[in-house]
This record gives sequence, structure tokens and C-alpha cells, in this order.
Amino acid sequence: MRGNCEVHELIAPGRLRGVLELLAAEPGVWTPIAGGTEIMVAHAAGRLNLPKLVSLWGIGELRFINVNADSVAIGAGATFIDVRRHAELAESLPLLAKASSWIGSIANQSRATLGGNLVNGSPAADSSPALLVYDAEIELISVRGSRRIPYCEFHTGYKSNVLAKDELVYALHMQRRFARHKQYLRKVGTRRAMAISKVALAGTALVDSGVVSEIRVAAASLAAYPARLYKTEAAVLGKPITPETIAAAREALMGEAAPIDDIRSTAEYRKRVGANLVEEFLLELGREAAQP
Amino acid sequence: MSATAKTRIVGASVPRKEGIDKLVGRAVYVDDIEREGMWYGTTVRSTIPRGRIRSITCDPRIDWSEFTVVTAANVPGKNHIQLIVADQPCLADGAVNHCDEPIVLLAHADKHKLREAAAAVRIEYEPLPAVLSIEESERQDPIIWGDDNVFKSFLLEKGNVDGVWAQAAHIVEGEYRTGAQEHLYIENNGMIAEWSANDGLTVWGSLQCPYYVHKTLKAVFDLPDEKVRVIQTETGGAFGGKEDYPSTLASHAGLLAMKSGHTIKMVYDRMEDLAATTKRHPSRIRHRTALDKDGKLLAMEIDLATDGGAYSTLSSTVLSRATLHSCGPYVCPNIRVRSRAWATNMVPYGAFRGFGAPQAIFATERHMDEIAAQIGIDPVELRRRNFLHQGDQNATEQLMREPVMLDELLDRALAQSDYYARRERFTRENANSPVKRGLGLATFYHGSGFTGSGELYLNSLAGIDVTADNKVRVMVSNTEFGQGTNTILTQIAAEALGLAFSDISMAPPDTAVIPNSGPTVASRTSMVVGRLIQRASLQLLETLRNDGGLGANASRDEFFAACDRYRTAHGEVKSLCRYEAPPGIFWDDKTYHGEAYGAYAWAVYVAQVAVDTRDYSAEVEEFWTVQEVGRVLHPVMAKGQIEGGVAQGIGYALYERVVWQNGRMANNQMTNYIMPTAADVPPIHVIFEEIPFKFGGYGAKGIGELPHDGPAPAILNAIRDATGVSFNSIPLLPEDIFAVLAAREIQEEPAIK
Amino acid sequence: MSECFPSITMRVNGESCTVNVPPMKRLLDVLREDLHLTGAKEGCGEGECGSCSVRLDGELVNSCLIPVLQAQGAEIQTVEGLAANGVLHPLQECFLACGGAQCGICTPGMLMAAAQLLERNPNPSMAEIREGLAGNLCRCTGFMRIFESVLAAATQMQSPEADKAGHAR
Repeated sequence: MRGNCEVHELIAPGRLRGVLELLAAEPGVWTPIAGGTEIMVAHAAGRLNLPKLVSLWGIGELRFINVNADSVAIGAGATFIDVRRHAELAESLPLLAKASSWIGSIANQSRATLGGNLVNGSPAADSSPALLVYDAEIELISVRGSRRIPYCEFHTGYKSNVLAKDELVYALHMQRRFARHKQYLRKVGTRRAMAISKVALAGTALVDSGVVSEIRVAAASLAAYPARLYKTEAAVLGKPITPETIAAAREALMGEAAPIDDIRSTAEYRKRVGANLVEEFLLELGREAAQP
Repeated sequence: MSATAKTRIVGASVPRKEGIDKLVGRAVYVDDIEREGMWYGTTVRSTIPRGRIRSITCDPRIDWSEFTVVTAANVPGKNHIQLIVADQPCLADGAVNHCDEPIVLLAHADKHKLREAAAAVRIEYEPLPAVLSIEESERQDPIIWGDDNVFKSFLLEKGNVDGVWAQAAHIVEGEYRTGAQEHLYIENNGMIAEWSANDGLTVWGSLQCPYYVHKTLKAVFDLPDEKVRVIQTETGGAFGGKEDYPSTLASHAGLLAMKSGHTIKMVYDRMEDLAATTKRHPSRIRHRTALDKDGKLLAMEIDLATDGGAYSTLSSTVLSRATLHSCGPYVCPNIRVRSRAWATNMVPYGAFRGFGAPQAIFATERHMDEIAAQIGIDPVELRRRNFLHQGDQNATEQLMREPVMLDELLDRALAQSDYYARRERFTRENANSPVKRGLGLATFYHGSGFTGSGELYLNSLAGIDVTADNKVRVMVSNTEFGQGTNTILTQIAAEALGLAFSDISMAPPDTAVIPNSGPTVASRTSMVVGRLIQRASLQLLETLRNDGGLGANASRDEFFAACDRYRTAHGEVKSLCRYEAPPGIFWDDKTYHGEAYGAYAWAVYVAQVAVDTRDYSAEVEEFWTVQEVGRVLHPVMAKGQIEGGVAQGIGYALYERVVWQNGRMANNQMTNYIMPTAADVPPIHVIFEEIPFKFGGYGAKGIGELPHDGPAPAILNAIRDATGVSFNSIPLLPEDIFAVLAAREIQEEPAIK
Repeated sequence: MSECFPSITMRVNGESCTVNVPPMKRLLDVLREDLHLTGAKEGCGEGECGSCSVRLDGELVNSCLIPVLQAQGAEIQTVEGLAANGVLHPLQECFLACGGAQCGICTPGMLMAAAQLLERNPNPSMAEIREGLAGNLCRCTGFMRIFESVLAAATQMQSPEADKAGHAR
């Protein structure tokens, strides 16, 4: 244990209002800590340079899953176990439940929160690809009120996002409109459990009258932050699934992906596997569309 | 006592002797111990792989008067770890030869102040060119050790290799590489030390070999036997990683204890343990093999090189075992093995389950499949044609006196895995599947006990005593670290004495109490030490019959009554035995000929592997092990040893890569050093055959290391079967498979534009 | 000095306890140092090995990743609380019979994970067992004996005799 617990202040206002007022009163001073599955690792490694922390754990106003007829709202404080256990959510947005089950292990899932996963902003964030292909909106909150933006606009660079100094992530919103969509998610990690993603690909798509009428493709670890692959989508949108469109999608992905070499994997591998995964997605899409 | 006689306790899966404590959280590991007034120690380590130390400056912002500071100058005796060649300093003195080499020790009561102080020690170096691989060391420029950078070399020759090539129908060459592997015991290294002028030095800690630590401490502190006391705490995994390193850590804790006057605890965290302690020797092994037209081996020429790291530590004995396991379980009349352990400026490598055999066997068994492919023979058939049998001689001209069951083991493994039918199915299915499946096998042996005259050199002493409250204690320096020492040795004593399993306990692993029965390594515990306990138990019965009034077929009460009478007359009831070599053993250390090992365990392993061409991953889907190991003393524990060894072997093959950056382990966190989880291990089938070995404890041979020898080659052979591509280097990660398969895909596919 | 620290009250293995420690002190360290419950171990400090696993409000957690302030008012179970009134839990019995523990260092966390699994899923499939234990690394066993131990315990806990041992199903 290389961190010194005595040099960190940690307070728990216990209510959302208390936290927001603190962030407004002293912007940039207090760092929110939810489940702690990232911050506490840095703490143990002696790399936690955050003297003041405010706990979001146990704030009921952040930990909710609301499902109504056509939309879902997931509070930023919802843990991944919460997501997995919510039957209706798992049924209407299965990629999220799948992604949740691939985060760390059960012990991590019971503490890691959706908000924490997004704000931590790792390019390998497990929940992000699914959120992106579900057209999620992210709701940010402060004493000044709340605002919703498309989640795909949340990340702006490596570990940077649009959160103002006094803002928290409040919730993720998605439409329940994917029942007919082909849905795809695959994570490639170092092993089957407790693996940081080397590359992950998510996809949702509709085929109507033999052509792709709607498509979203998003990836982790193919850029500085989890992102939609717009050129890859464009290569397929409005076209039938053929070897040519698949090849075009592969080429588009290899062109727009910008992964790096790091301790876990290589850029070349990530690009190539990304292309293989989009091919697998499209092949499945094509096969299922061809069925009567 | 016949090795095949029916037994009550030996051969039964009795409850683990220390099991309950482990299950209720009562087992005491070194970091669970807190003492009044305890201080903590930390180590300041080299940040470069090679250089001279120009200065050590303690930043004046720290009040150093609160701290104990120790350097090489404070070593009272010899500043060297006493292993085989005493070249490894306890603390660096003027120069460093590897990253994370210990230089300065600090102690304080407050762990946080200790960390701050460690960061305030500034060391200036004059860097020197570092040697970071076998190839760089072979250039012999710079010379970093001895005259030629060679820790040890062997030349093992039989017959006349050079005369064969011209007539051989086939000559096959190959080069095989294995990488470093980390033990990843879940309990990090740790020690507690106490010093007093009266009693000397006492250490408690996580370790395998109390007397190895004892030997080093005597030298480092210049103390006689009785002033050094080493006590093992419950040890959370070792696998060889706590064979020699604890001597260094105990010395460090002891130096701080001596200078500070306080009890000192030093427990590494995972990052430090990963970066600074020993790992498995990397290897590069080249084979050149001559065969006749029927695929029978005519000659094997092998060049075997290991990377020993900066100090020799155990490199010579690892090289020895690698050399002696490099020719496989085959008959070959002409052999030349030239092996060398090279010095580099890497963190010193050390013992790890298998101890050179996994490296050697990886190369040999991969090479057999390469031979099979090149000459067009079924790899199963190739092995069969060359197997050793009883009456044959192996590479060192050792006569196989005991039966060798390789044919039967192979038949069983093929049947269990439904080998041919599965392969046929996979060949069909692979054509239209993005997942390619294959089966691969490895056939091998593992020598039990120390090599050659090693056991005679160890001269182990072990036995039992009986206390006044009717407790029989097994007295050995062999330790428990999960593999079952406590259980099997007490089983043997209970069996031989005719008592209940609950009557026997282990004497505390404390050098003040136990004799030196040798280290807990080399798969020797059940065979060599078990035999000593068996003999000592029978010896005690005989003594009591002659001189304690014990009758034949005595009851338990009569036994203890006889002990009481004997104790009254003689003061104690103790029976110790010294190691005796089996008869007719000869071994020549110079030519490396003769009986290399007293006994061999034999095995055939089969792996089924799936290679996914979308993410280039290889996963083991199922694994079969069939082995002949002498008498199985405890079926559940024996199974556990095989399964655990196979899981480590799978890690060795497919997951566990050490990422080095300029001689330092860059991925020194569990999140980045990848071992298989419960979700990754395949079903592992375990079948035992037993040919009791007359000179082992109740017929036992060694079992601990065997299972780590077979998985890697079986798995890479399966990958070849699945993909048609030969991979000859481990660990084999998806990125490595990608590099080859993707290039082939580009060649094979017409360009789609 | 400890008066400056917040007061944290938890119920650990059924007993209420209060500590005054820095709020960022890890729950693992509080258990081991302040409450002298050394069953939970530190294997990695990163939440990767699971040897620090305990149950917090009924959920399996890695105690090395929890600042103790966030355990305020929590119900915590450690391995020391698994046996009831000196009677081994079926998982402990089965680990003993089936060889589920070798060196024992991963065992406390493994038992917590297995207890959670069986509580929520009394009849788990092999795949569910693997997933339930995937966060607990064992370097000794290769997991096979552990799987067998968990299956045996599941059978035992579902049998009519289970209630007699005083253990919750």
C-alpha cells in the first residue's frame, strides 16, 4: 500500500444537493468518488494526487434505473450489478447488460458505477460502445440545473470530457426502440474475465427491403476515447450486405481507427481485429436479414 | 515393507492436516503478525540495469535521526547470499548489475514516513553498457561476469553424433524459445526479524527452505548455528519463487533489526514482488536431429542456452536439469547437448516448478511434431517408435531398471481424448469455421529428487519424535506451501507406526527444533523425505521392541506406553534416519553420465485448442493428463497438484508475458501480468497409473513439477494442428498469432476492392 | 490524533464495531489492523486477485478498493463469520473434503465469493460457478477442486439436512 490515507480528505454529504453545492462553491477542488474501483487502485499505487474527495456512494438520488414504455433512464450511481439484475433493462437493452457482465469480476461490478466508468474516460471503457450504439443521451447536473447532450459528444479527447467543474454526470437516457434491431457486442481482452479491453466493438442495425436502413458502430480502444465509427457506418448505410460492402466496411474501419501500441496490445492488432469484428457483425446481420 | 502392500491411510484422501485453519481464516501468514513496537522496513533499489554507484545522498528534508539506514557497509559478515556460487551481494556495494537491485534499507515505525524517506534517498550512477539478452551476452562484449559471461556450461555426449549426418535419411532443425515466467504466488514475499545480542537473530517468514535461509544468515551476520533461528510462517504459495529469495529478504530484515534494535517486518507489495524477485529462466534451444527412413532417432544435437540474469544463484542447477531433460523419453544412440547459462543484467532468474525441464521439454516436444510434419509421419507414431522401455538406456546411459509405461500411457491418453476421431472431425469442421480446432500432445518424463549425487550431497536427516503427551511429531525441514507436505508425511508416519492420522502432527518448521532434511524442491518430498519418515517410523518400532517392551501387533495404547517407558529410561523418544542412496547408483559429474535421477515420473498430455481467426486468440478447451507417478499417496491432493501445474503450464504457453523495458519489468501489476482465471481454465482430466518405486516413501515418486512440463508443447502442437502454422516461441499471445496468420490471410485472399 | 478522524460504525460478522480512522483508510486495512480480522488478505492492492473479498451489505466486494467511510452503517461478513457457532459452513466442509484449499491464501476470499454465489444461485451450472469465482485468483489448484467443492456444497445445502446445521440456504 503506497498511498497515505491520512493526506486525503474524504467527505460524504450524503445527498445530491450537498455534493452539487460543494462542487459549485469550490470548483475543481473536490473530486467525486463513487465505487472507487479506479481511484482506490491509484491510491494503493501511491499515485493518487487528489487531496480532497467527495463520496457519491450511497446517494440514492443517483442510483436508479427507471424503465417506462419507451425509454430508460439509468442513474450515474447505478452499479453494473444493478444493470445486470434489472430484467426489463436487460431485455430491452441487452448490450448494456452484456457489457456490464464483462467488467472486471462480480466484486468489481458490485461497486463500479456507470457514471464512474464514463467519467474515468478510459478509451477501453466497457460500457461506452453499447451506450454509443444505443444513441444514449447523457444528462449532466449542477446547481445551475441539468442539461442533456448526446453521449457521443461527451468525450473530447484522451481522458477529457465536457463536464464543467461544478457538474456531475446524473443519468444516461436511451430509447427502447431496438427490439427489432440486430445487436452485436464483442470484447477482446487478455482473458475471459478481469480483462481490460484490447478492443471492443458494438453495433446496432436494421435491414429493410434488403438494405441497411440504420446502423451504428462504436468501439473501445480504437481511438483516444470510445467513439462511433462514422465512416464505417457510411460504408454500409443504404446498401445490401454483400462481400463488397463488408470489404468496404473493413477498409473504412482500418482507415478511421487510430489505436495505439500499449502494454497490453498493438495498434496493428487492434485495427485488424476491429475490422474482423465489424465483418462478424455484418455477416450475422446479413444472415439474420436473409431469414424469412 | 512392500511398496505394494495394502494401506489404511497412505492412499486415502484424508483431510488436509492444516486445512481447517486455512478454511476459517485462522492460518497465520507473515503479514498477519503484528508485534508490540514493530517497525517496518523498505528497500531502495537500482533504477538502472548496470552501473557504478557514484553517490548515495539522503535528502536533508527528512529527519534521518528517526530512521535506521543500512547499506552494504553495515553487513557484519559476508555480503553475499550463500547459494551455489556466492556471487550475489546481499546489498549492492559500489555497483549495480540489474534493475531493482537492493542498495539501501530503511526502517521506521511509521509506514508512511518510511515511503517518504525512501523517495528521499537519491542515488547517482555512472551507467555502464548493459547486457539484456542471451544474444547480447554471447557477444562477450562487455564481459559482465567471470571471464566469459558463462555461469555454467555442460557438454553431454553419447555415441558419435558427427558420424551420423551423412547417412541420415532425414535431418530436421528447429529453434525454440521460452520467455520469463513469474510465480505469482498470491502471497507476496515477507519476513519478520528480531535481533538480540544474547539470542542472535530470529526470522519468521514465507519460505520454502528454512536451512537455506539459515545458511545465508550465518554467513551474513557471522553467527554460529545456534544463534540463527529460522521459522516458517504459513506460506501462501511458492512454486520455487521462495526457494532462494527469502534468504535475501531475511538478511535485509535482519540487518534492520540488528541496527534498529526493533522487531522489523518487511512485506513486499505486489508491484515490488513482481519487479524485484526471481522468475523462470528464459531459454533458447536449438535442435538438429537425424532420423532413419522409419523415423527412428539416430542423433540429437542440441544447443541449449538460458538467461540467468545478473547473478548465478540457481542457474547451474536449472541448466543441469534442462540438459538432462532435453533429449526426451526416447532412445537415441548418439547425442550431444551443449548447454550454457548466460549472465545478463536482468533481475536474477531462479527456481520455478520444473526448474529447466519445462523449457527443455517445450523445445523437444515441439521439435518432435516438426520432425513428424517434415518427414510425413503421424506425430503419435513418431513418438511410439522412439519411446524408452525398461532395459533401454537414456541420454546419460542410465539403464531404465523400472518398467516404463509410455506406450500404455499414450494409448490411454489417445482413448480418453478420443484423439483420432476428434482430429478427423476438426479437419472437416475447420474448413468452414472461423474457429480452428486442433489436438496436440506431449510425451515426457520428470526426474524426481536432486540430480546425480545431489541427494548424497544433501545428506538429509529426518525422522519423528514422540512427546510426553502422546503426540508423534514428524521432524523435517520440508515445508508446507499448499502442495501437501504436512499431510503426506503425517500419513506416512501414521501408516508405518500403525496409529491414527490424528495422532501425528508436524513439528514446527523451526530450525531450533527440526533437523535438516534438505530443501522443499525438486519433487523430492514424498519420495526422498517420505522414505526417511517411513524408515524412521519403522526404526522406532524396532527400537521400542528391543528396548521398550513393545510386543508384536501392539495396540495404540501399548505403543504410547512403550514410548513412556523408553522416555523414562533414555530422556526422549526420537528416531532419525539419514538418506541412503538406492544401491548400484553411479553418477559422473564430469561426463554427466550415469543415474541422473533415482526415479522418473512419466506422462502423456493432450491439449485441445481452439484458435479464433477473428481475434487470433488460442484457448485450451479441454486437457487430458495421463501419468505414472509411483504410488499416489493422497488421490485428491495428487489431482490438485496436476491440475494446478497444468493451469500454470497453460499460463506459461498462452497468457503470461513479462514485458521488459530496459531490464525492468514494465507490467508489474496483476492487471497486466495475466494468469488464467476460473473462467479461462479448461476441464482438466487426470489419470494416474502407479508403479510403486521401491525406494520412495510408500512407493511414491515426485509429482509436484511434472505437470508444468507438458502443457506448453502440447498446446503449441495443437495450434499447429489447428492452423497448419508452427509457432515455436512462448508465451504465444494473440498478437503473435495475428502477426503470422494475418500475413497469410493477405496472401491467400484475392484483393477485394 | 484519532479524534480528528470520523467515527465509522459497521456490523462485522454480526457484531457492531466502531473505529476512528482516516476516511480513506481501506476497509481491508481496517479489518486487518483495527478489528484484527486477518482472514481477508492483500494479494495485489488493485482489485484483481480477490483475496481481500468480503461481503458488504450482501454483495461481494474487494475490500482493498473501499474507503472505510463508504462502509458507514454497512453489514459486513468476512470468512471469520462463515462458520456458525463453531460449526463449519458446508462450503468449508466441502473445500476440506474436495481439496479446495492448498496454500490457503486465496481461500477466505474464494469462500466469500462461493457463499455469495450459492446464496443467490443455489443450483449453479459450471459456467455460473466459473463466472462467480472469476474474480478470485488461485495459483495453486487450477480451480478444478474448487469447482468440485462448490458443486458438492450446493448439493449438500439443498438437501433436507441443510437446515440442521444452522446455516441459511
